[in-house]
Amino acid sequence: MVFYVFAAWAIASAVLCITRSNALSSALWLVSTMFALAAIFVILNAQFIAAIQVLVYAGAVMVLFLFVIMLLNLEVVPHDWKRWPGWVIGTGLAGVLGATLVSLRNYTPDRLAREVSTLPGAVNSRLVFPVEDSALVAAQGAVGRVAQPLFQAYLIPFEITSVLLLAAVIGAVVLAKRKL
Amino acid sequence: MDTRLLLGPTMLLSAILFILGVAGVLIRRNAIVVFMCVELMLNAVNLTFIALAQLHGVSGQVMVFFVMTVAAAEAAVGLAIILAIFRHTQSVDLAQINLLKG
Repeated sequence: MVFYVFAAWAIASAVLCITRSNALSSALWLVSTMFALAAIFVILNAQFIAAIQVLVYAGAVMVLFLFVIMLLNLEVVPHDWKRWPGWVIGTGLAGVLGATLVSLRNYTPDRLAREVSTLPGAVNSRLVFPVEDSALVAAQGAVGRVAQPLFQAYLIPFEITSVLLLAAVIGAVVLAKRKL
Repeated sequence: MDTRLLLGPTMLLSAILFILGVAGVLIRRNAIVVFMCVELMLNAVNLTFIALAQLHGVSGQVMVFFVMTVAAAEAAVGLAIILAIFRHTQSVDLAQINLLKG
């Protein structure tokens, strides 16, 4: 029940985010969507990711967006939508994609396992998509259960993201600087 | 299947948010708003990862962690590019950014 309240909140905020002509209110509605999603993450048993969502996304990233919007000090255009063929085609394409995504609801783990497996005959979907042992997870706590795979199985990707962030910092400075 | 997993509704919510993000990218002209719609799409995908992580192990949450890192890097570089474009054309209207037309 709580889930549906936050789901409705997220969808309403997202609709307002893409329809407001003022970029500033658009950004604030996106923050509202992210808060609703953080609440849904808690409902879905991902407390640590929910905290990160609020801190990093709704906090840091969106503050960066608001900084840039206020820095540029754009005048508000009454109709910030594309001209007439543009937005109709855009909405149509989004509708087609939506129909495609909704048609995927016929997929169950069993059917997906059958299609991705190269083995002939029936496949046990639990072997292709392993199911987590919930008793093991409960003993580790909200942060520990994310930290353990992050620093063991995914240690190399984790280190690569630090290089990625360094490259992003250098790239942003180079792009934003007037003269090097 | 455990009904507390809420897999079906979550997938539907994720699809709706993703489509709203796509629609925003396709219909808006302000480059910053287009950028925020990309963030909305990333959030929708994160929701899918989280929903499936309760069934198939915590690796999904680790993936969300990586997606957030990439999104932060992308926001920093993308906004720097938008600033550079604004300095050049005095506008962030995508209809007026047509340097490649020659």
